[in-house]
Formats: sequence, C-alpha cells, structure tokens
Amino acid sequence: MYKIVTKRQLNDAVTLMEVDAPYVAKKALAGQFIIFRVDEFGERIPLTIADYDREKGTVTIIFQAVGRSTKLLASLNEGDYIHDFVGPLGVPTHLDGYKKVCVIGGGVGCAIAYPSAKALFQKGVEVDIIAGFRSKDIVILEEEMKAVATHYYLTTDDGTYGEKGFVTDKLKALIEAGNQYDLVIAIGPIPMMKFVSLTTKPYGIKTMVSLNPIMIDGTGMCGGCRVTVGGQTKFACVDGPDFDGHQVDFDELMKRNSFYKEEEQHDANHICRLFGGKRNA
Amino acid sequence: MPNMSLHKVPMPEQDPNVRNKNFKEVALGYTEEMAMEEAKRCLHCKNKPCVSGCPVNVRIPEFIAEVAAGNFEKAYEIVASTNALPAISGRVCPQESQCEGKCVRGIKGEPVAVGRLERFVADWYMKNIQKDVVKPETNGHKVAVVGAGPSGLTCAGDLAKLGYEVSIFEAFHTPGGVLVYGIPEFRLPKAIVASEIDNLRKLGVNVMTNMVIGRVLSIDDIFEMGFEAAFIGSGAGLPSFLGIEGESLLGVYSANEYLTRINLMKGYLEDYDTPVHKSKNVAVVGGGNVAMDAARCAKRMGAENVYIVYRRSEAEMPARAEEVHHAKEEGIIFKLLTNPVKVLGDETGHVRALECVEMQLGEPDASGRRRPVAVEGSNFELPVDSVIMSIGTSPNPLIRTTTKGIEANKHGCLVVDESMCTTREGVYAGGDAVTGAATVILAMGAGKTAAASIDKFLKEKK
Repeated sequence: MYKIVTKRQLNDAVTLMEVDAPYVAKKALAGQFIIFRVDEFGERIPLTIADYDREKGTVTIIFQAVGRSTKLLASLNEGDYIHDFVGPLGVPTHLDGYKKVCVIGGGVGCAIAYPSAKALFQKGVEVDIIAGFRSKDIVILEEEMKAVATHYYLTTDDGTYGEKGFVTDKLKALIEAGNQYDLVIAIGPIPMMKFVSLTTKPYGIKTMVSLNPIMIDGTGMCGGCRVTVGGQTKFACVDGPDFDGHQVDFDELMKRNSFYKEEEQHDANHICRLFGGKRNA
Repeated sequence: MPNMSLHKVPMPEQDPNVRNKNFKEVALGYTEEMAMEEAKRCLHCKNKPCVSGCPVNVRIPEFIAEVAAGNFEKAYEIVASTNALPAISGRVCPQESQCEGKCVRGIKGEPVAVGRLERFVADWYMKNIQKDVVKPETNGHKVAVVGAGPSGLTCAGDLAKLGYEVSIFEAFHTPGGVLVYGIPEFRLPKAIVASEIDNLRKLGVNVMTNMVIGRVLSIDDIFEMGFEAAFIGSGAGLPSFLGIEGESLLGVYSANEYLTRINLMKGYLEDYDTPVHKSKNVAVVGGGNVAMDAARCAKRMGAENVYIVYRRSEAEMPARAEEVHHAKEEGIIFKLLTNPVKVLGDETGHVRALECVEMQLGEPDASGRRRPVAVEGSNFELPVDSVIMSIGTSPNPLIRTTTKGIEANKHGCLVVDESMCTTREGVYAGGDAVTGAATVILAMGAGKTAAASIDKFLKEKK
C-alpha cells in the first residue's frame, strides 16, 4: 500500500499527487512511468512520473480524471492509500549531448514534458518550452515550467490566455525565426504529437514523442502496448515509451487506443454489486 | 488385495455444457472412498519407476500406501517432504509424460492416477488439518528470490525450511507467476495458490510485490542490501508474434495478454474493472497448453465459435492429452494442419478474418517432428473477430540486460551449471528463465536443486 502524501487540484480535471514510494523514488528518471491499481478491484493504469524526491522517498504523478480508474484515484485524499504502485518502468528519456531543445507539452502532457525539460535545463541545455492548452481554465504548471525554461511560450486554442493557436504554429514560427533546435520533445494527445512530428520532419529536426498505448503489466510480458515504429513492432512499456516521432505509426496507435471504448463506457456507469454503488460514490 | 482394474477410478467432472459457461473448477477431485480405491491399484514395485519420472522425486508408492490405508495426514506429510506445492502439481503436471508415464500398470491398461491422488491428499489436508506452520529458527543468512512463480516459490520454501531469511521480489501485484496470470481458475483455483503462498509466509518468507527487478532494483543492489545469494526465477514471459501482416489490428492479442486480463485481473468477473473484449468468433493460434487455456477461456467469455489453429496434426500437439480432450468436450473446434498467413481487417481496423493455408506433414525436422509444408493454393478465410497468438514465449531480457556477469544463450535463456549457478558467483537461476517455456513441475524441480546448491554454497563460504 502506498500513502498519498500530498494532493493538489491543478485544475477542475487535473490532480497532482505525491505518493510515498521510496523504492520507486530512488531509481526514477525523466521519461519513466509507474502503473497503479487503485484498489483490489482496480485495473492497472500507467501514469508518467512527473517528479520525484529521493530524500523524501516520494514520487509525483499528475493525471486527468478521464475514466473510471482515474476518477477513483482522484477521489482519494491525502492520507489515503493506493493499493499498488509499481515502477519506475520504461526506458528513461535520453537527454545527453544536446545544446538547444524545444520541449512541447499539450494539456496534461505538460506534466510528462516537465521532468525532461527540468533535467535538460539542469544540465545547462538551452530549453524552450511551448505549453499548449485548449483554453485558460485548464492551464497547469505555468510557474514550474517557467522556472526550467530559457524561453516559455503558452498557447491556447481559443486565445483566452497566452498566444492564440496550436503548439505547432508556435513551433513553426520559432524554427522559421532561426532557432536551431537539435531536438524537439513532444508530449500530449496523439494528434498533437503526430502534427508536431509532421512539422519538424521537413526541417530534419530530431523529434521524440512519449507514447501512451493501452498497457496491462508494463513489464513486457503481454504486448498489449505494441506500436509500429519504423515498420517494426515495439513494446512501448519496455522499448519506450519514447520513440522517434518521424517513425511512429500514429494512426494505428489512435485506433488501438479506442479498442475498449464500449467497455470503458459501460464500466464508468457500472454499479458494483459488492458495495451497492459506484466505488467512487 | 490390490485393485486390478485396468482403468483409473474416474474423477467426477462438471458437465461440459455447463462448465463451458463458468470459471469453476472442471475436475472435482476424488472422494475419500475413490482415493482409497484408486490407491489400491498401486503394485508397490521394488524399483519404483514412477519416482524417477517425478522431477521432485515424490516418494509415490509410500504416500499411496498411506492413502490406501486411509492415513491421509501421513500421506500428505510424505508428499510435502519433497514437494512444496502438491495441490498445484497434482492439478497441472503432465503426469502422462512423468510419473504416470513410467507406471508399470500403464503397460497394460491405465497407469495409477498419481496426480489425482496427490491432489486428493493436498486438498484433504488443506480442508481438514489446521496445523500451524512452524517458522524454523533463523540461521541469520539472507537470500533473495526474484520472481514468485513455481520455481521461486519452491526455492524460497526449501530455503526457509533450512532457516534462511528469504525475500521474494515479484513484479506483479499478486505472487504466483503463471499460476495466477496464466493457468485459468477452472484448472487451478486461485484460492489454492494463495493458500500455498500463505504457508510460505508462515515459514517466514517475505513476499514483496510490485518490485520489477532490473528497474526498481538491480541484482547488484540486492547484494548491497545484504543478501548473500540470489535465485532468478523470472520465467519466460515475453510473448512471440508470428510477424505476419495484420497483427496490429484490433482484436489480435498475445495469449499472455488475453489470459492476464481474465485470470490475474479477473476480467471475467463483473465487479473488476479490467475490460475483456467480448468476442463472437475466435481463432487461437498454437497447440500448447496455453492455447487450450486461451480457447477455453474465450468459450467461457461467451464466444460462439472458438477455433484452435495449429500447423501440425494432433499427434504433434504439445498440449496435455487431457486438456485437448477437455477442450473438445467443451466445443472447441480444431483446425489442424492449418497455418495462418495474414490477419484481415475491416475498414475500422478490427479483425474480420484469419487467412490460413492448409499444411501437409513432410520429413522429420531437427526436433524429430515431421515438418509441416504449405499446400500451394489452399488458402482460405476463417471468419473471426479475435485472434489470440499462442505460439510460445521467451525469457524477458530485463534482468540479463541490467546485470553484469550473467550470460545467456542465443535464445535469451540464462546459462547455468548442474548446480543451477549462473556465470556469476552467488547468483542461481532456474525454471523457464533457464529452459525457456516448460512445465510447472520442471520449474519446481529447478527451484529445489537451486535451494540445495545455495545452501551448500553459503555453508562453504562461512
């Protein structure tokens, strides 16, 4: 059992939790993830590690309540326990040998982009951050990201805050203004990562994306998370989650992620017979 | 007087058309009377060929004599003295190629039902005797076991009995390995696995779940924590795919994924959150026990037509004869000498059919099995909405790629000597991590050998 030490609401749907998990905290690196299981009946759901404190033995996760398990998790409070919390999983993001990097976070993806930006910035790399949101009310991690960026740019789709437009518009403008990035890291919804990759391709800028396929074990024993990269089958949980954005078959990933839509819909409304109600009710 | 019947005392089973809609255990087990009657079929041969056929050398005629006399507790003690998990091995061992394969009674008629008797004895004990397991006095030495599958559990149990302080590091949230994620409830009730693991805890074994060794701790970290030896029983959990077109379509699973969702995550029960897709027509590719398990699970999840697609004939099938028989009774359709060449999808990216080709058996290959050869122009489409790939697994590379000094062969299997020691001093390995996918009882045998070797190694070191 893993104790929730801190809980903070970043916006209506996005929650930050600092979880007591000393073994995970000791080894965690940027780009790695954990799998949680909220209680005995829960499913195993992956979440990227947003931060860690090796001294305190805590790991920070930031997640959006989108379905049954994330809603159940969000319903827990400081002092409550998460049943299972396993990690760090996946290969850490490769951050060595870069001079100037553009880190792009889309929505809650900013939580995953943040540790990479932070690690790069602490290595003395010039880091430009583009954080994109649908509108002002869902902006997260503005102060945290500013603190680890050489330049921080914020965009909203509807123009309610920062610059109006998509992250790809800003990225293109920065490249055309003469910024020579030797790496772009893009983390967010699949369409956003796809379009960032399409934006950088003609310029030949190396682009890393963090993929989020459906996972069960997260240790390479089932292949549920398989993705096609450069025409080859890869297991995102052990070979990734980071991959070369110019090689990823994003359309296939989007399709595979929609496989359990019906069941997820059903589950969200499921009344548990054991408890006579929804577990989060 | 021995019972000279040529046939085993039959074991009661759930009706095939009832059981293929539930996940309750298929084989119901012997009653005391049945067990005593079957036990009387043993002739108590002097040379005991059955014992040599058992990878953990259970003293078979001795325990059977006690069953025949109605001394079930004594019988259990004899079994348990060499076999740490009798309720499990009695259920899942391929006895026909082990103890029962060597039984003299099997020359003419059926062999003595050693497996059923072992299972009876273990179940009887679990139900009737509530003896406290006594934690042995500690010898102050710490041993780490990586993986809580059959080899790790056996190794841990044997070492704990010798007084070692044993910690098991398990990657999943539930210990048991293939016993909990792979073998379904209807063949091996999970309560039995949990109870065997509870006994280990009572022996003082510390079971740490959610610990993926190679990520959260390395083997070096484990030694730094004060463990003086380690046993790697991490299994062969990496699934193979065929590499044919269409394997990333929606509805194509590895058997590991399908079985994990159902067994470990209890996706077949409504109150658990993990979804399992409700398939109508399912093709399971492969002919091993895992394929049988996946097919029988698919049937129980409500599929109308479940096909086993296997490229050789029934004679070459690696699955246990009993499991093939059970699968057929439950309505699984066998498409033998049939090889998949392509998974076909519809416009939404879901599986709509499996394109197959008919096969013929040619000359025997290196393994001695006749090599299947495709019949040209025999391609046909099998209309299915799900395909479960059950064509084998190999060892997960995580530990060997993160640990210095441990050699593996070209198949990724860890190299060990006859004492089960790897190429690194103090690090032992056994089970599927060494052999590639094999049987539960072979893994238990390896765990046993390794425990004895670790004891010898640490005693000599002192």
